[in-house]
Amino acid sequence: MNTSATRNLTAEILDAQQPFDVAVDSRKQAWEQFRQLELPTGKNEEYRFTPVTRYLEKNFTWKTDNPESTLSSVQECLIPQLDANVIVLVNGRYNASLSKISSPQSEVTITPLSEAFRTGHPAIKEHYNKHLNNQSDACAALNSAAWQEGVFIYVGKNTVVGKPIFILQLNDASQSQVITQTRVFAVLEKDSSVAVIEKSDTTGNQFAFHNFAEEWIVSEGAHLEYCKIQNDAGKVCQVSNSVIYQANNSKLNTFTLTLNGQLIRNNLNILIDGENCESHFYGLYLLTGTTHADNHTVVDHRKPNSFSNEMYKGIMDGNSKGVFNGKIYVRPHAQKTNAFQSNRNIIVSDSATINTKPQLEIWADDVKCSHGCTSGQLDEEALFYLRSRGISETNAKAMLLYAFAAEVLAPIQNETLKVYLDNLIAERLHKNF
Amino acid sequence: MSKSNQVLEEITSKEYEHGWTVNLETDEAPKGLNEEIVRFISSRKSEPEWLLDWRLKAFRQWQKMVEPKWPNVTYPAINYQDIIYYSAPKQKVKPKSLNEVDPELIKTFEKLGISLTEQKRLTGVAVDAVIDSVSVATTFKEKLSELGIIFCSFSEAVKEHPELVKKYLGSVVPMNDNYFAALNSAVFSDGSFCYIPKGVRCPMELSTYFRINAANTGQFERTLIIADEGAYVSYLEGCTAPMRDENQLHAAVVELYAMKGAEIKYSTVQNWYPGDKDGKGGIYNFVTKRGLCAGDHSKISWTQVETGSAITWKYPSCVLKGDYSVGEFYSVAVTNNYQQADTGTKMIHIGKNTRSRIVSKGISAGKSQNSYRGQVHILKRATNARNHSQCDSLLMGDQCGAHTFPYIDVENNSARIEHEATTSKIGEDQIFYCLQRGIDEEAAVALIVNGYAKEVLNQLPMEFAVEAQKLLALTLEGSVG
Repeated sequence: MNTSATRNLTAEILDAQQPFDVAVDSRKQAWEQFRQLELPTGKNEEYRFTPVTRYLEKNFTWKTDNPESTLSSVQECLIPQLDANVIVLVNGRYNASLSKISSPQSEVTITPLSEAFRTGHPAIKEHYNKHLNNQSDACAALNSAAWQEGVFIYVGKNTVVGKPIFILQLNDASQSQVITQTRVFAVLEKDSSVAVIEKSDTTGNQFAFHNFAEEWIVSEGAHLEYCKIQNDAGKVCQVSNSVIYQANNSKLNTFTLTLNGQLIRNNLNILIDGENCESHFYGLYLLTGTTHADNHTVVDHRKPNSFSNEMYKGIMDGNSKGVFNGKIYVRPHAQKTNAFQSNRNIIVSDSATINTKPQLEIWADDVKCSHGCTSGQLDEEALFYLRSRGISETNAKAMLLYAFAAEVLAPIQNETLKVYLDNLIAERLHKNF
Repeated sequence: MSKSNQVLEEITSKEYEHGWTVNLETDEAPKGLNEEIVRFISSRKSEPEWLLDWRLKAFRQWQKMVEPKWPNVTYPAINYQDIIYYSAPKQKVKPKSLNEVDPELIKTFEKLGISLTEQKRLTGVAVDAVIDSVSVATTFKEKLSELGIIFCSFSEAVKEHPELVKKYLGSVVPMNDNYFAALNSAVFSDGSFCYIPKGVRCPMELSTYFRINAANTGQFERTLIIADEGAYVSYLEGCTAPMRDENQLHAAVVELYAMKGAEIKYSTVQNWYPGDKDGKGGIYNFVTKRGLCAGDHSKISWTQVETGSAITWKYPSCVLKGDYSVGEFYSVAVTNNYQQADTGTKMIHIGKNTRSRIVSKGISAGKSQNSYRGQVHILKRATNARNHSQCDSLLMGDQCGAHTFPYIDVENNSARIEHEATTSKIGEDQIFYCLQRGIDEEAAVALIVNGYAKEVLNQLPMEFAVEAQKLLALTLEGSVG
């Protein structure tokens, strides 16, 4: 507790005197955990390349008032033609007028998280705050202690949610600096299925710190499709702690796309605590300017006979910095585990860098695990081939980069979403390369 | 799979073959470490003033440092005041030939199967034998000196070639590089020194056998190899140690310095006492090994076969400073029982068009933990750097662990880096294939393990390859289920 950032943040939160009237016990406990931990500096192995604290040593204002977000700015951030349940959080507040839930109550329960606490939903008591890495990550502990608002999603047994759920987290940093802390808590009961798209956007040019945490409980036989799109403004720091807990026979697909922001840190923890599970997680980071994006993923195989497959790709341009750390744990007795991981990077400019660390920790013998990691630039011969056929250098490069990036989109199920992401990537690569 | 379990048990219950103690009268320093001890070592070795100053400076730096805690190994805290920092076999006159050497010493080597006389006659390997810190016999020295090659003990080099030692000592591993390197710099007892002059290709494999002998003696070796422009040398290092109950600390420093167009090949077969099957005793091997490719077109190649030590913690590294320089690292690390290994390499690419290659094969059995930790760092000005890394782990038994921690840091966009790693056990289908062709299970496993490690074993010089294969067979053959 000696960094000025920790002190500042603490002071801001205390000053705000927010009436944290729900989840009081877990907040108190997490607050103690936060006080035990330091906000991560470069000396912390997990944050070696991403010293969040340096960014937080700015004097932030703990904004509690709801800024006037116009409908148009929200409309811009939506995915066109996507028929979905829309949830809008503006600066960490649930905005009921902008949100639109069209799936029937029988399929899915979607409420602000605080409301779920007030009504005493049984799933909260059973699962809330059980798996988040509060003990090891100061940002996760801080979120658990002081989240402002969030979303609660509950899908009952044997239910397939027809429409995807779209969560928009809009930060308005046009008036002043902001800190937002939001939380998503979701439970998928036995043999249920849902698709979720979570998008963060920021407007305005002030500094903003978005500390996000989410917990997903995927029960036996359930299926979760999850997509995260990070397209913040240039001065935003986002730390996102995601925990996905998988029980027997469950299936998971995740995709993380990182486009903008000053400093992005994603902790994706997948706890495979059941047999015959399947998880696929894909990621793409297209970085320009001075963006610093750090993806830390952990897949923790605790039970035998499961399968995990990870592929993260990155293209670094400008002065951007990419960081990747992928851990695969195979616990003792988690025999017959198959775990694969691949991280591939292209550095486009002279001053971009990549630090990557694919890590395997295996305590069981009858397993098949592998990881691969590459870093390079575009293949001269492939470029020459295209140019000799009359394609300009700019276009040839864009084509090759697009081909490299688009591979990770393949597993996305929802066609509308796929087209949208595809356009986003294509536009990005043509625009800047 | 019951047969393989039986074999596994047989192997794991095997006692250390090279465990015995030879009584040599030793000239020991009192236990503990302070400035007086550093001065004692220096004066006992009649060292010049500058070297004493260097030691003292290192000692003062060491006092300010803290023991690193980041490796993936656990061991009880080391009491640095409970170690004897200097012990030398008593010899009044320096021997001129083998006949004058203490017969007990000769016996030690004979037990190890490396009789000096025989080696001299048959293999053409020059042996600079080191027993407990002081080098007592050097062979083939005359033959080498005809070519201008200097190959002698470190203390001899300090006396006879102070200008070389002064220039290169600490040039690759600075005295304050890390905790154990600083400790070594302060109290190093002896070691080997080698200088290959311009354009000379060393005609024989140079080798040193280290042995830890007196009880409670930490061994602090220092090796310095310098290859001048266009020179070539292949250096072998091999170790066996007698059985001990108390843990012994070994913190050596090896520095390799390759100038323009020079090539150094450094091979190690390490078979120190790993502790008994309950994890009691064994050597702590905390070594700093680093090579500097200072000149253009130079090359440094590390090959290691690690089968011993209770804890192995070392990263033979290459600093590729010269343009077009090449670094290589080939490693087989075997851990059994309660052994722990945290080993790997660092390839620091500084020059243009530098290349490096890493092949690491880890084999863990019993209750051991085997980690690969490596770094490939491409600095900003290292254009067209190239690296390929492969680190595979083989697991035998369900109570051991294999871990990989590869750090890949790229600051230059023209670099091409590839890293791949796999973890698996020997496939039942592979065993079945062999059984089907009349090869019994034990032989099949031996075949597969040898094939697995072949890529590394092939890098060893002939004399060593045989020993290494024997060691692998001794520790592992047939121990897969």
